[in-house]
Amino acid sequence: MSARDEIFASIRRSLNVGPVDAPRRDAVVARLAQAPVGIIPRRGHGDAAERLATFKAEAERVQATVAEVATAADVPAEIARYLRENNLPATIRFGDDPRLADMPWAETALEVARGPSEGDDLNAVAAAFAGVAETGTLALVSGADNPTTLNFLPDNHFVVLFADDLVADLESVFARLREKYGPGALPRTVNFITGPSRSADIEQTLLLGAHGPRRLHVVVARGLS
Amino acid sequence: MSVAATTPRFKANVHEALHDLRLQGALPHARNFIGRRADAAARLPEFDALRDSARAIKDHTLAHLDLYLEAYEKKVVEAGGHVHYARDSDEAVAVILGICKARDAKVVTKGKSMISEEIGLNAALEREGINAVETDLGEYVIQLRGEAPSHIIAPAIHVSRDDIEADFRRAHRDLAPDRDLSQPEQLLGEARAILRDRFLSADIGLTGANFLVAETGTSIIVTNEGNGDLTQILPKVHVVLASLEKITPTLNDVAQILRVLARSATGQDMSVYTTLSTGPRRPGDPDGPEEYHVVLLDNGRSATLGGPFAEMLRCIRCGACMNHCPVYHAVGGHAYGWVYPGPMGAVLTPLLIGVAEGGNLPNASTFCGRCEAVCPMRIPLPKLMRIWREREFARGLTSPFARAAIRLWAFFASRPTLYGLAVEPAMRLLARIGRRRGRFAWLPFAGGWTRGRDFPAPQGATFQSRWRAKSGATR
Ligand code: SF4
Repeated sequence: MSARDEIFASIRRSLNVGPVDAPRRDAVVARLAQAPVGIIPRRGHGDAAERLATFKAEAERVQATVAEVATAADVPAEIARYLRENNLPATIRFGDDPRLADMPWAETALEVARGPSEGDDLNAVAAAFAGVAETGTLALVSGADNPTTLNFLPDNHFVVLFADDLVADLESVFARLREKYGPGALPRTVNFITGPSRSADIEQTLLLGAHGPRRLHVVVARGLS
Repeated sequence: MSVAATTPRFKANVHEALHDLRLQGALPHARNFIGRRADAAARLPEFDALRDSARAIKDHTLAHLDLYLEAYEKKVVEAGGHVHYARDSDEAVAVILGICKARDAKVVTKGKSMISEEIGLNAALEREGINAVETDLGEYVIQLRGEAPSHIIAPAIHVSRDDIEADFRRAHRDLAPDRDLSQPEQLLGEARAILRDRFLSADIGLTGANFLVAETGTSIIVTNEGNGDLTQILPKVHVVLASLEKITPTLNDVAQILRVLARSATGQDMSVYTTLSTGPRRPGDPDGPEEYHVVLLDNGRSATLGGPFAEMLRCIRCGACMNHCPVYHAVGGHAYGWVYPGPMGAVLTPLLIGVAEGGNLPNASTFCGRCEAVCPMRIPLPKLMRIWREREFARGLTSPFARAAIRLWAFFASRPTLYGLAVEPAMRLLARIGRRRGRFAWLPFAGGWTRGRDFPAPQGATFQSRWRAKSGATR
């Protein structure tokens, strides 16, 4: 018997069930199709303004910084300001996301590079698929628009979050993913990111920037244009 | 081929651990977790309800594991990934070596994986001339030291900063010998720079999984450093090594368990990176692995389902039980002698390596019950340890003296009148002898107990006699 068959046989022997057992199968098919929502903490809920306030407070608790701008057109200036004030080089890299590509980068002094990171970039910006108020978490999806390497290799990670994409909880992000990619399908990588990279492996001392970004700056754009 | 256990020498290990001053200096760090967990739990009013929800999800999944496993496998294949099954450690190692050889891999980077410790993967890779590089900072440190993890989420918790500095100076010989490494930031910076090169040059990246999602065929890792992500997005091949019980029905079910996982582990509301990986990179993706493999390990888990230890399969490896365990605090993780320490290790080890090897561990408990009180999955760890002890007794593995003593006690304990007749005069006698000092430094047959502490002298009357007197008076 193959390892696979033997493992399935062993599970069924232990559970004392046969391979065809309609009620069990129905229960599994139903759960997978319906994906019931369990207990949702109240913390993330409220109207758009309350959600934004919660998102901000939670993200800042985990050492991210959050800035708000009126429209997408104001994003490059905010990133340029952040880099200048933190004495960081005036460079930025991003993927093919039209929401980023259409921003007025030329109006800033930033030197712009495009495409995935090879590991020698200091700064990168990505547009979030969604934000989660409950825990100040960002959801990013892989693809040419926002290459996953940009989320981990650069030292300083900027994420643009459009206010309409800020939802209450993880379950709402999953619902949006099902809507966009179809039921039971996902892009290669979905990154939920809550604050900058950290480690406490040296005597339980909290240190930022373990392998991923040392800084995470979220720019919330209230409108697209 | 799994790592050799020193568990049969548990008593000697404990003795060494208690006299190891360096270890005793580092162990208090484990207590930091207690306050952090309590704060995180207090900040979320729904925390206990979420624990019940998480437990119900796992119980449902385990009762339907064959069917969810089928659904999961189908989805992985649909997304272009491969699923491999391994009955035991040797098979899992063989599958991984096969993937490495097909790619002619020289360097394998690794995210933190307890299953890889369980199957002894690093040694097996090194034997084949493949360089296995641990990339989690704590795992990297203990790999340099040639040690095993002493904690399931903080593997180097037993190592002091000074020791890490010495290890780095010994291992990183290309760097200036007079460089300053006095600050933890400098140690982290050095490890980051060295591991960056390894990430970029690795042929294969191997991670564990916190969840395998049947709804989508997704593997999920939960980390703070970002090493698990660099491990899986840079090399051409991503291998996921996980045990069967990581299967979870849906993404919404994952969300329930995530809410108790990080809070119970480190006291964070969410870990920094929760990463969902489904298959290899898609057409048009500029980065990500070209191949995606999942190696599913059984190692006795399927046989555990439906039996007295089935509840242990709910474990999500958060570490809360060891963080709150007085025995773990006293001796650290290495004394347990195999991969999994603390209360969860005491229950799991005999299941995975057998009672003959691991049967010592369920005795390493004061039955204080703190582990069960904090376990997010509400696993009745003391009860499960007690079942092991009963089995050890039934199989005659307990010493003849202990067996006789327990029999004698059982004889009296099940005959209350006789018990009272025997115990009351004895207590009066002990009280008289101990009146002056109020305690005993030595008692016959209790040398093991009195060697480390005094025994308080009884006050004279037993509980039973006082109860009789009290209820007589109130009646
Ligand atoms: S037994 Fe419970 S507390 Fe211990 S690691 Fe497992 S889930 Fe966490």
